[in-house]
Amino acid sequence: MANLGEMLQKLGSLFRKQQLDGDLEAELASHLELAADENRRNGIPAEEARRRAMLRLGGVEQSKEEHRDARGLPSLDSILQDVRYAARTLWRDMGFAIFTILIIGLGVAASSTVFSVLNSILVRPLPFKDPNSLVWVANRTDDEGNMSGQTVQVDRLLALRERNKSFSDIAGYFAFYGVGDVKLTGQGEPERLSAVPISQNFFQLLGVQPVLGRQFTAEECKWNGPKAALLSHGLWERRFASDPQIVGKAIRLDDAPVTVVGVMPASFDFGAIFAPGAHIDYFYPFALSKETNQWGNTLALVGRLKPDARLPQAQAEADILGNQISAEHTNQNDIHPKLTFLREHVSGRLRPALWILASAVGVVMLIVCANLSNLMLARTAARQREMAIRAALGAGRKRLIRQLLTESLLLTGCGAVLGLALTFAATRGIAHLTAFNLPLLSSVHVDGGVLAFTVLIAMATGLMLGVAPALQVSGLRLSSSLGQRGASEGKDHAWLRGALVVSEIAFACVLLVGAGLLIRSLIRVLDVQLGFRPESVAALRIDPNSQYSTQAQKDGYMTEAMRRVRDIPGVEAAGLTDSLPLGRNRTWGAGAKGKTYSDGKYPSAFVRMITDGYVKAMGMSLKKGRDLTEYDTANSTPVILINETMARTLWPGQNPIGQTIDRECGKERQVVGVLGDVRHMALEKGAGSEMYLPMRQCPDYGSWDLAVRSTLPLPVLASKVESSLRPIAPDLPKGGMRPLTQLVDRAVSPRRFIVSLLAGFAAFALILASLGIYGLISYSVSRRTQEIGIRMALGASTFDVQSRIVLRTLGLAAAGMLVGVMISFGLARSVSGLLFGVTSGDPLTFLGAALVLMTIAVLAGYLPARRASKIDPMICLRAD
Amino acid sequence: MVLQTLSTLGSLHGYGIARRIEQVSGDQILLNQGTIYASLVRLQQRGWISAEWGTSDNNRKAKYYSITRQGRKQLAADTAYWQRLTGVMARVLS
Repeated sequence: MANLGEMLQKLGSLFRKQQLDGDLEAELASHLELAADENRRNGIPAEEARRRAMLRLGGVEQSKEEHRDARGLPSLDSILQDVRYAARTLWRDMGFAIFTILIIGLGVAASSTVFSVLNSILVRPLPFKDPNSLVWVANRTDDEGNMSGQTVQVDRLLALRERNKSFSDIAGYFAFYGVGDVKLTGQGEPERLSAVPISQNFFQLLGVQPVLGRQFTAEECKWNGPKAALLSHGLWERRFASDPQIVGKAIRLDDAPVTVVGVMPASFDFGAIFAPGAHIDYFYPFALSKETNQWGNTLALVGRLKPDARLPQAQAEADILGNQISAEHTNQNDIHPKLTFLREHVSGRLRPALWILASAVGVVMLIVCANLSNLMLARTAARQREMAIRAALGAGRKRLIRQLLTESLLLTGCGAVLGLALTFAATRGIAHLTAFNLPLLSSVHVDGGVLAFTVLIAMATGLMLGVAPALQVSGLRLSSSLGQRGASEGKDHAWLRGALVVSEIAFACVLLVGAGLLIRSLIRVLDVQLGFRPESVAALRIDPNSQYSTQAQKDGYMTEAMRRVRDIPGVEAAGLTDSLPLGRNRTWGAGAKGKTYSDGKYPSAFVRMITDGYVKAMGMSLKKGRDLTEYDTANSTPVILINETMARTLWPGQNPIGQTIDRECGKERQVVGVLGDVRHMALEKGAGSEMYLPMRQCPDYGSWDLAVRSTLPLPVLASKVESSLRPIAPDLPKGGMRPLTQLVDRAVSPRRFIVSLLAGFAAFALILASLGIYGLISYSVSRRTQEIGIRMALGASTFDVQSRIVLRTLGLAAAGMLVGVMISFGLARSVSGLLFGVTSGDPLTFLGAALVLMTIAVLAGYLPARRASKIDPMICLRAD
Repeated sequence: MVLQTLSTLGSLHGYGIARRIEQVSGDQILLNQGTIYASLVRLQQRGWISAEWGTSDNNRKAKYYSITRQGRKQLAADTAYWQRLTGVMARVLS
């Protein structure tokens, strides 16, 4: 090909167009004169001489065009020309352009945002070293969500770690840490922090290094070893002003000095992976000792497979080891490891939901394309004469098609830029959504993959938009287009436009049904009988500080705190618990006294420590017997409250009141009351057996949550409660009071996240589909103005005209819905895993979707129909 | 052909070159004279010829093209190639 210099010259000539053209013009003029001169010399008359000269030259314009092609880059030149022309046309048709760009922008933004969420949650590797060999080692997963069931006793971990040959190491963290369990005092306001106790090798196993300082030493990881903490980056920045000298300093946690040994990197977000929605402030060592072994199942385990190990083999080995180890010390808890890749554990259960979102957004994009194709078709049809004229003037068919594609690419390009801006905003928003407990949500951002995806989807859209009109142009017949008067609608491409609208309606129907099913599930979930009434209840952590050391002092603090809060006017009830619903949970064995249970059949129940007033404050219902009182103390009869499920399990058909439960918290306990079931784990899951022990009789609790039922507004209540407690709890952190409804909201947040996105998509799709119908009908009305005029002149009534058009709309809508309903019926099964309380064939949802679509279709068709019926036959027959 | 013309006649305007080619070929080649300008601009961009405005014998303003050193080299190379080709073709065909 040409060398560099020539390329540069060619490029340069693009920018010196006028000068070069002028030059050429002069040159051709002189050529003609020279030729004419010669002809005259040969004795030809002046006029004829000139004519011959022109003939020999072969056309001034053609010569110029040829010259331009030779000197410049013809393809680039004409592309630029196309772009300029496209920009000009679009500028003239601003409304169309803005509308199109907006729709494309929204479509692109929706798909790119969903893609970026998908990318961070499902695709991008976890932020650890070699994350694909990390394995979540759960204990028996038959009872998901129950932490006591998933965790492992310390000795069992040690045995498993020592004997297995598949893992290079296994580490663990204490799974029963509580959000806000630790109180930070010292400099500044006291504050509640959340901390996770970890085994010494935990960070090493994940391959995460502190940015400052070091990991825990073996000494610090001994029982009662020196107290040490690794701060999270967030806490270090927020509370310690990113102090680079922090390592080695002591901070006061729970009234005891703790040495800061290091700071974790900002990229390490424990909460995002292991505890979605929670912010972890620091980490401290968890001793794998005989003391912690006595705590029972406590550890959540993560293992790293050896490079040559495979998961199935590891599982097989773990099964054998599990049985072996469990058989050794039968007084300890069983271990039956169930291995899943960490990635699967973190985001596996979200996969179906996210794929549904992805398909939904794909459908939205298809609707966008169908809608805009239709718009473009209508536009090209209206521009058919223009095209015909351009073709007559010598524009090649290819050139015309390229022109149309340029136009659609320009539109999608602008749309993509808008979409990208929206995506940036949306991903930023999503990353800061702390109200949703979805894993890895905070890592959602626009990266190279997302950018590439956006460009790709914009290109695809552009091509799809351009193709339909281009096809239309390629079938262009000059004479017919130029001669066409547009009296009645041409049949040529009507079917294509109709098909596009039908498919839009079908897609919208699919989305509507999907969103409908999920919305109804969400409503069902929210309607669930919680077993407590979260409205107008608020909770506050009021753990006693170190000045209350003996149990008697703590009990005194408890009584006094509750008395003070109950004395506040407007407070109806107040009581303490160690675990609010929908939070953490633990289970203990719980059997009826005198019964023998076969191996592995010993019943277990969720344990809650509560005080008098808690049942009333939470609005739980007492079914039988009595509530706890302040007289159920360490010196009185050991008592217990159980829920209905537990009563049915232990004493089917008998009166549980007065029965005895075998040894809970060291003593046999008498059942004094039966409570209604409470949804403790998740809204979607029924309650298991639950038992409630008096805090005063069983000091086995790690936290004090005060539940207060009051009609006071939350800020007022919070400040009153805090000031009333201040005298007995001077370093009570401020602003810790949260409404209980928040707990419920949190529990439904993943579902709400999916539902709100899907509902948004469905609404968008509905708008697009209705615009599609409207556009098609009003276009055909405008094309048929004369036909309608003639009909009316011949006696058709307004009603006739309107009903013909509305009927046509309904026909389209019905066809679309038929297809849509069939597709949805097939697809609905795939969302059944996400449904709650509705079947995938829920007739109400299908009917509702159909009704909504029909209404929208009729509306969209009626507007143009009304316009059509207002046509004055005289005017429209005279027009054209 | 353009290069050969310019090489033998020195500097010449577009019309002259076109006429010359027609004459030399014994009017075997009757081209659309306009096409000459596309070739001229191509040669010019390759740096084989240069152009400047001048006045003709009968006082007409015209753009005069002349061959450059690079152009002569190219001409020599092309001529040699062409002669080799025709030589081969002649031998093959005879």
